[in-house]
Amino acid sequence: MDTFIPLLTIFMLAVFVGFEVITKVPPLLHTPLMSGSNAISGITVIGAILSAASPNRLTVILGFAALVLATINVVGGFMVTNRMLSMFRKKD
Amino acid sequence: MSTVTIDLIYLVASVLFILGIRGLTHPRTAVRGNMLGAAGMLLAIVATLLDSQVFGSGASGFGVIVAGVVLGAAIGAVLALKIQMTAMPEMVAVLNAFGGGASALVAGAVLVGTEPTAQATVAIVASGLIGSVTFTGSLVAFDKLRGLLLPDAPVTFPGQQPLNFLLGLVALGFGAWLVIDPSTTTAYVALVAVGSVLGVLLTISIGGADMPVAIALLNSYSGLAAASTGFVLSNDILIITGSLVGASGIILTRIMCKAMNRSLANVLVGAIAATDTKTEDADTVYEGRVKRTSAEEVAMLLDTAKRVVMVPGYGLAVSQAQHQLRDLATVLESRGVEVEYAIHPVAGRMPGHMNVLLAEADVDYDKLKEMDQINPTFAQTDVSIVIGANDIVNPDARTNPKSPIAGMPILDVDKSTSVIVIKRSLSPGFAGIPNPLFAGDNTLMLFGDGKQAVLDLTVAVKENG
Repeated sequence: MDTFIPLLTIFMLAVFVGFEVITKVPPLLHTPLMSGSNAISGITVIGAILSAASPNRLTVILGFAALVLATINVVGGFMVTNRMLSMFRKKD
Repeated sequence: MSTVTIDLIYLVASVLFILGIRGLTHPRTAVRGNMLGAAGMLLAIVATLLDSQVFGSGASGFGVIVAGVVLGAAIGAVLALKIQMTAMPEMVAVLNAFGGGASALVAGAVLVGTEPTAQATVAIVASGLIGSVTFTGSLVAFDKLRGLLLPDAPVTFPGQQPLNFLLGLVALGFGAWLVIDPSTTTAYVALVAVGSVLGVLLTISIGGADMPVAIALLNSYSGLAAASTGFVLSNDILIITGSLVGASGIILTRIMCKAMNRSLANVLVGAIAATDTKTEDADTVYEGRVKRTSAEEVAMLLDTAKRVVMVPGYGLAVSQAQHQLRDLATVLESRGVEVEYAIHPVAGRMPGHMNVLLAEADVDYDKLKEMDQINPTFAQTDVSIVIGANDIVNPDARTNPKSPIAGMPILDVDKSTSVIVIKRSLSPGFAGIPNPLFAGDNTLMLFGDGKQAVLDLTVAVKENG
């Protein structure tokens, strides 16, 4: 239990930071916010990499499947967000 | 690379994620913000690859990782480049599903590959349950948005809520079993199976029109799943990122519910406008009061207008008329008319969707106005053009306390001098109720297909000048 409290502390503080930052995102950009936050939630890719490097065969299989899914999230999420955001222009 | 160095790099990546989201507070800084987020992700991935556990795992382990990344990146890139902007809700639903699925898989991998502590096992249970609910729930949402297998209407049956509750208890039961004896992988498989069924049941009861809420909520779940995985691995960056996404999804869910004036609970059980409440009969609302107009007549009205507001709804996107609407606006602007767009929060099929569709059609983002910004200006508006929208401009929400949509915030188009409604027929919107706006004294109905009507209108305006 010795790591639980520090982790919980980080979790709670991050939730507050999240609320502060995200309430300032205008409705204009809510769709890119969703796809962009999807991309960063692909951070699970880190856990997938660690699992895929395990000596245990079943862990590698599960890790590989997770790695593919999480990478789709990361690459697909950032690219589609970039595609959308570059359409928001101001004409002169 | 030492763990301290890796942890420091993770910290930098977390800061980049937060700065990245902060960039999204303005369209000018948004592209750079997204780049910062991507840079943070690249840093985190490279640091993980350099971890001695990974780097020292031998050629085969590294090969598996490279193969997984290449495959995932290729699929992700194709999806991101091919997807149409109208299908963005489907794209986000799929990404939510994959995020949830990845979390459940990683939790399973840790369970079979290591001997998790009691604390880690509790997190594995959370990760597996939230992950599997997110996975199947998002796939159901995807299906509903595409209109493939499931009906658009909420699928409900007697005893559904007690059943969901019972399944939740069963899942927790398997979870408790796993915590007591972490070597029972069967318990984890059963947990994920029950979670998957629960994900389906929780989402089929949500109606097609309420999908913006479902997607936002599932977005939040996928973040919480990632955060739980962070607890499994005792990894700060997963926890920070997961909670950011969780918070984002919750905020958007709340905004969507407020825009529809419904409680989250009400959306989840799919109980839109109970059908037995007596709503006004369409005939008594419309009888003898609806005025039909033509493109030429509207062109004459627009000829003297100084300020025009376009009010697009999802019907606009369905008929793919965004570009034609922009062309009409350009013609009007070239004659000195002030044109703005009124965007209701639920105008599209996901939060902010309509803005993206109009931005794609090259509409300057400064002209896209939120409801609270534009509502006070309708009184000074000469002509409002409503296209493909219905419930979000229904004045009953403001004036008739008995209406099923009473209290829902709407765009006050009825306050403008003239209202043009472009619509195929007088058929009701998602709420299934008649709209007194169509029978208003200052309203003219231009019946027809959205795209064709706008094209005709543009031609008529040009001829008039």
